[in-house]
Amino acid sequence: MRYERPDTMQAATALLAGAEAKSFVLAGGTDLLVRMQNDDFEADLIVDIKAISGMAKVTETDDGFVIGAGVPSVALFEDTALVAAWPGVVEAANLIGSTQIQGRCTIVGNLCNASPAADSVPALVAAGAVAQVAGPSGTRDVAVIDIPTGPGKTSLAKGEIIQAILLPKPNARTGDAYLRFIPRTEMDIAVVGVAVNLTLNEDGTVIAARVALGAVGPKVILVDTAAKAVIGSKLEDVVLQALSESCSAACTPINDKRGTVAFRTQVAGVLARRAAQTAYTRAGGK
Amino acid sequence: MSFDATNSSKSFKSVGTRPLRPDGVDKVTGRARYGADFNMPGQLVARVLRSKHAHAKIKSIDTSRAETVKGVKAVVTAADLPDLTDGDPALFAVLDNCMARNKAMYDGHAIAAVAAIDEKAAKAALKLIAVDYEILPHVTDVDAATLPDAPVLNEAIFTQGVEPKSTRPSNIANRTEFGHGDVDVGFSHADSVVERSYKTEQTHQGYIEPHACVANCNPDGTAELWVCTQGHFVYRQVCADLLGIEVSKLRVTSSEIGGGFGGKTHVWTEPVALALSRKANRPVKLVMSRDEVFRASGPTSATSIDVKIGANKDGIITAATATLRYTSGPYADMWAELGAMTSFACYDLENVKTVGLEVIVNRPKVAAYRAPSAPMAAFAVESAIDELAQKIGMNPVDFRIQNVASEGTQSSYGPIYGPIGIGPTLEAAKAHPHMSAPLGKNQGRGMACGFWFNFGGQTCTDLNISADGTVTIAVGTVDVGGSRASLSLIAAEELGLSYDNIKAVVADTSTLGYNDMTDGSRGTFSTSMATISAARNAIEIMRHRAALMWDIPLGDVYWEDGHAHAAGTKHGNLAPLSVKDIAAEAGKTGGPIAGHSELVADGAGVSFATHICDIDVDPETGSSRVVRYTVIQDAGKAVHPSYVEGQYQGGAAQGIGWALNEEYIYGEDGRLQNPGFLDYRIPVCSDLPMIDTQILEIPNPKHPYGVRGVGETSIVPPLAAIANAVSNAVGVRMTHIPVSPPRILAALTDAKD
Repeated sequence: MRYERPDTMQAATALLAGAEAKSFVLAGGTDLLVRMQNDDFEADLIVDIKAISGMAKVTETDDGFVIGAGVPSVALFEDTALVAAWPGVVEAANLIGSTQIQGRCTIVGNLCNASPAADSVPALVAAGAVAQVAGPSGTRDVAVIDIPTGPGKTSLAKGEIIQAILLPKPNARTGDAYLRFIPRTEMDIAVVGVAVNLTLNEDGTVIAARVALGAVGPKVILVDTAAKAVIGSKLEDVVLQALSESCSAACTPINDKRGTVAFRTQVAGVLARRAAQTAYTRAGGK
Repeated sequence: MSFDATNSSKSFKSVGTRPLRPDGVDKVTGRARYGADFNMPGQLVARVLRSKHAHAKIKSIDTSRAETVKGVKAVVTAADLPDLTDGDPALFAVLDNCMARNKAMYDGHAIAAVAAIDEKAAKAALKLIAVDYEILPHVTDVDAATLPDAPVLNEAIFTQGVEPKSTRPSNIANRTEFGHGDVDVGFSHADSVVERSYKTEQTHQGYIEPHACVANCNPDGTAELWVCTQGHFVYRQVCADLLGIEVSKLRVTSSEIGGGFGGKTHVWTEPVALALSRKANRPVKLVMSRDEVFRASGPTSATSIDVKIGANKDGIITAATATLRYTSGPYADMWAELGAMTSFACYDLENVKTVGLEVIVNRPKVAAYRAPSAPMAAFAVESAIDELAQKIGMNPVDFRIQNVASEGTQSSYGPIYGPIGIGPTLEAAKAHPHMSAPLGKNQGRGMACGFWFNFGGQTCTDLNISADGTVTIAVGTVDVGGSRASLSLIAAEELGLSYDNIKAVVADTSTLGYNDMTDGSRGTFSTSMATISAARNAIEIMRHRAALMWDIPLGDVYWEDGHAHAAGTKHGNLAPLSVKDIAAEAGKTGGPIAGHSELVADGAGVSFATHICDIDVDPETGSSRVVRYTVIQDAGKAVHPSYVEGQYQGGAAQGIGWALNEEYIYGEDGRLQNPGFLDYRIPVCSDLPMIDTQILEIPNPKHPYGVRGVGETSIVPPLAAIANAVSNAVGVRMTHIPVSPPRILAALTDAKD
């Protein structure tokens, strides 16, 4: 196994493009180092991207925020401007693993690991985040929802690395929230995850909405019917009921060791309602 | 020398205090040496190849390619562990579990093992071992295994304990029955009856330290084993028997232990490590991965239990029955029998009958887990008791007090009780502020009682007085729950020294006589008895030495407060001699001063507890949180109260995990789906409230200080206490442990429909 720590993105993508089949990108390492303990794990090349400049920075721009691929979750929590703009994204990133894990893990790693249960991914999708993908022939922007294609699989081509996540500047009176269900209080994997992002007008009516579900299908699900259910409303009970039902209807879960189809479907609706209420309050609704 | 263990009430100076634990600093600074921390020059690394099939015939194993891997020094299979068990079925089960002989009986069953110069070579070799399996039908569920169409897992097993004798092989290995009176007559006098079936899933002890050892077989036929164990003398015996080594030629040293809870009372890979070392002629280290710990060590039984209890309108239980089916893994065992014995032990019943059925399944060999088999039986019985109390309109505490066992009661499993603590724990629960505290919305309160036998057994202790008057005690019971601190307090008490003057160590198997392992809550109970005996023997020697030093008759020397005193006034004003004074002159008065003790500690004294639990349930998601928890238990005499409280809290914490989330989940393919702490959910700190404890001290008449074992009983009530609390919170009776969120939500949804 070869370990490389290049100092430019160009060198990193070139290493990966020229590598044998089993190559891995190392940022926080909270997934990779655990996998390396498995008897079945084999790697030819590990490319550590933390020495590349800009990887560990959150930059506020005119358009929004650029979050480098090496930024640990805890640093997002410490960025007051980001917390103010996208509290739901930050709270999702700070639910990953444990306090110790949050000191190392990154939202880009969470995305590229492509677990259907990733906590930060529904929040990023609800926020309309974009992944900035570097490759041997330059960079391209890809909507976060298009990165995972199924459990453990992404749309990234050989040699490509997500170098940053771009979050837009939220419109006025916008709020987001993420809730997940775990049987314990922490250090667990989402059985259901729901992110809601709402924008209100002056009188508190929802004028834009994005609702994303995690752990209830092979990849993150953006529920357009749920968004339609709340747009034009002030989250009255009947609207919340419709939101809840549309989220349950959008679920395509499986029975597994973490939960049943019935449980996941039912709880997705409950969490959607609760997350929407939090997002609504954060957006300034009353 | 015979030893009078009768309790004599006295006031204590050291016993009952809370000094710092002697192993604490080493443990928190990482200096303590656990199983994997021992190393030898030239040591090899071992890895085990395990079955990925739940049930398969092993047609052939070809290790030839593995043996050619550079760095590989030995490969072993069952052929390297020939059957020396001489018709002993229990020992054969251990052997076959260590290394499958003809069939792989569960996912994770060891098939072969490799010792190599490093991990990489060992892993590479494992991949080159070719095993030709014939896949056989499997069954993992306790109830499915007893159905007529279930695959028969062992053609040689016929149900024992039935009349007429069974003529067809069965997955029910044994039937046992306990009780007295006539239950049919008893039920005919009942005004209300509760009859229900309950299920509990298989759980693991969840010790944080995986099994680890270093084995070294020497060419001269001697061998050494450094191992994480609850009983190094027992490991020595079992390993010697399986390897064909003379017992005295195998020296076993126990390491510090990162949790055992019964799971380290059985050997797993140690005979394999010894076989590898013997073949390679090198020391071999074998450390299980967490995946292996879950798949191939440990777990407790999965159970299915039917309970029927009847009471008259005055709240007297007129009859009680239970049929308990416990899985034992692939080999016959006695886990259901223990469940059947403990089921109704808390109650004074005129008519009672319990039946235990041992069920064979394609799961790992079941091991002891803290009061083994009692928590599941208590869950079923205490759930039914609660429901019956509600049915006849009585408060659940009063209903239990009405029927509680006391001194003179014939227990449901046979013996007549001496002085016992169940009644006082119930009275304490009734009076406890927790019992009357208000509950919030969506909260429920549950209570339950629990029983455990406790054990004493063979014990040997040495107590050596050094020239400076300080003392070492060498014990053969592994310190699992703080016994070094407790035993130091006991020695200090007897000798009249301070705790700081005593150093307790766990001796290896070649330096002390045989000791039973630390199980049955016997560590402090039995070894304190031997320590008191050894101290009194040392005091007797010191009296002799004082008589010599003073040149007065022995009969005029008496011992008090850590000093030899000259009796009366006829010897003038001789100043008392301290242990230090006498020790300083030992070289001139007859040599080193030591006390020894060998005894069988009888009269362990049964143990009881009552727990109270408040739980908060989110009715929309089935999520639950324990918000308040109280443990009330009889300790006989709490030697080191902080450790006793720790045992109470630890048992409750493990029971809460078992009750709410922990379970072995098997797929359709018979493979374990969750062999890791991510998906086998033991509680994390934030899942638990501070667990309150109340220690009752009802002296054990058969221990000099009144001590009873305290380690296990605390895990018995929690399953039932939590199930009762959840049932009361949601208004639906929960009958399947763990009461995980999907089960709670499904029960609520079903109740609505």
